[in-house]
Amino acid sequence: MSAAASSSPAPVRVGLFVTCLVDLIRPSVGFAAVKLLEQAGCEVHVPSQTCCGQPAFNSGDRATARAIAAQVIETFSGFDYVVAPSGSCAGQIRAHYPELFADDPNLSGKANALAAKTYELISFLVDVRGMTTVDAAFDGVATYHDSCSGLRELGVKRQPRRLLASVKGLSLIEMKENETCCGFGGTFAVKYGEISDSIVGKKTENISASGAALLLAGDLGCLMNMAGKLQREGKPVQARHVAEILAGVTDAPAIGEAGERR
Amino acid sequence: MTAHATSPQFKANATRALADPNLQAALLKMRTGFIDRRAAAVDRLPEFDALRDSARDIKNHTLAHLDLYLEEYERNVRAAGGQVHFARDAEEARRIVLDLCRRYDAKTAAKGKSMISEEIGLNQAMEAAGVAPVETDLGEYIIQLRNEPPSHIIAPAVHINPEQVEADFRRVHTHLDPARDLHEPTQLLTEARQVLRRKYFEADIGITGANFLIAETGSSVIVTNEGNGDLSQTLPKAHIVLASIEKLVPTLEDASQILRVLARSATGQEMSVYTTVSTGPRRQSDPDGPGAYHVVLLDNGRSAMLGTQFQDMLRCIRCGACMNHCPVYHAVGGHAYGWVYPGPMGAVLTPSLIGVDKGGQLPNASTFCGRCESVCPMKIPLPKMMRHWREREFERHLTPAAVRYGLGLWSFFARRPALYRLATRAAMGTLSLAGRARGRFRWLPLAGGWTKYRDFPAPQGDTFQARWRKERGGRA
Repeated sequence: MSAAASSSPAPVRVGLFVTCLVDLIRPSVGFAAVKLLEQAGCEVHVPSQTCCGQPAFNSGDRATARAIAAQVIETFSGFDYVVAPSGSCAGQIRAHYPELFADDPNLSGKANALAAKTYELISFLVDVRGMTTVDAAFDGVATYHDSCSGLRELGVKRQPRRLLASVKGLSLIEMKENETCCGFGGTFAVKYGEISDSIVGKKTENISASGAALLLAGDLGCLMNMAGKLQREGKPVQARHVAEILAGVTDAPAIGEAGERR
Repeated sequence: MTAHATSPQFKANATRALADPNLQAALLKMRTGFIDRRAAAVDRLPEFDALRDSARDIKNHTLAHLDLYLEEYERNVRAAGGQVHFARDAEEARRIVLDLCRRYDAKTAAKGKSMISEEIGLNQAMEAAGVAPVETDLGEYIIQLRNEPPSHIIAPAVHINPEQVEADFRRVHTHLDPARDLHEPTQLLTEARQVLRRKYFEADIGITGANFLIAETGSSVIVTNEGNGDLSQTLPKAHIVLASIEKLVPTLEDASQILRVLARSATGQEMSVYTTVSTGPRRQSDPDGPGAYHVVLLDNGRSAMLGTQFQDMLRCIRCGACMNHCPVYHAVGGHAYGWVYPGPMGAVLTPSLIGVDKGGQLPNASTFCGRCESVCPMKIPLPKMMRHWREREFERHLTPAAVRYGLGLWSFFARRPALYRLATRAAMGTLSLAGRARGRFRWLPLAGGWTKYRDFPAPQGDTFQARWRKERGGRA
């Protein structure tokens, strides 16, 4: 590990926006994020929180989206940075909060300020904290899916690959069409289940064909979709959030797998 | 009244499309081809992104002064000896074209590819009036034989496999030797050319679309790969151009700027094989050309988009890159969208032109993966505009009740952090216990839309926030 800024005198205060899916379904990802942030010299805070409001925003319920966003702005504006283990939720804050409050003179400035200091976890570690390697080991062959919001709204592409290259025992193999959507799309997966199923079916085909035994991505929503489909198809590929591997926090079973848990 | 729409039945259309093996085979073939070819073309041109900015700016400028450019355009068409007919809607456009057919005593019309023709349902109207329309673009010719609408704006027959085309040709071209070999796609192409060649000479009028209208010269520009547009418009007595008002650009220089991003985005070609500029009818010094030149300029709801959240959509140059990169289009194909324009551009444009009550499903059927916007040569923020349609539907209570209810319940808790922590902790604890043995669920109450197709992971147990407070104490 090499965190360039870890020697700076005043601690960097990071508000962890853990995301509702990690909070509810897979807390181990949150703890992996905390570990990585602390390794990068950050002081991690977890204020009481719920959701970024994206489900309401993307369903056309702008009023609710604004109410939830205002709550997030209020809760997180005091930190140096806000970091989320998700390109989708970080993208909501970074790319869409400013738009939500563009015509609100009271909150527009605060929304822009929060947007400017909000990052997806892995790109924060690499781009802001200068992390180049991690101290972790995992034996196996993995493939990485580029989740859409992280890739296209935040430019997350080389950062996870860079850090994964330093994980001892791990080799990364690229699947075909790794920049193609997995078909999750939040409520889309349920509203248009049949189409979503067709899209994720093509994705699991590419995952299987890559020969990797482990699927990694930076967004739990996409991972739940792909893991759920792999499991329904009986394909023996395990799925984990990339932060778990980078932090060496792999004692919890992979997504949707049974086993000892804490 | 425009072309008939089955967009309200999008879900049923999609179900049918997903179960159609021929369609799925065709979609599988197109899935990576367009994407790879575009990517290669863009990689070869380092200034591609700057050209996109420039193309966007040209159209934004034109749209901001559309009234002035429309007047200038009409003036210059007239100066070149042509005529412009303004059509408020589809019905008016059809009437104008049929009047022109009567004026030139037309029995048959050779047609170049035109989406406006599809939008106004021109072929049916012509047939009803006793004028035979002959589609001369190979893809359009194939779907005309099959009596189908196009499923893609630049590759109208992309949903059809070569074996199906062979069967159609054998069914229709009965004057040819039944024992002929039609196995190779080039053999199909040769046969279609042979059949169509005769039709150009028989046609009384030629009808084409337009990729650009040039204000400073009064010209129309089409791009094709088959040269069929040139033959359609030069040989007959009269040339009718069908175009919508947003095709306008100020100068030829502007059009040539946008041409640099058009074919690269569409097919990965640097330029289409033919780029044809038409200015008025045949002049005395011209060796050939039509005796008359008419432009039918269609509004059909577009001017009402100016000054709204949907104005940026009028920059669209119909390259098809958005649908070529769309996972939903790849899954269901173009016909499922149920009207003239499929894919992401159709999801934004269709509600604008036929109403959100009819087209409202389309902007909802998107994962918001954003790939369409990232490849759009005109940088149209397609997902953002789809979201604007969802907002209009939500305001008008057109959002389905189940979605509203689920969302309402979620936001009730999302806006009350303390209650949220309590409720989610209890719920996750229960779910975690229930799913402990297998680690996941094959079925969950109220989540059938998910578990019908994929497993749902059992939560790990206590929520992150609860565990954090337990392990790290008070630090917020």
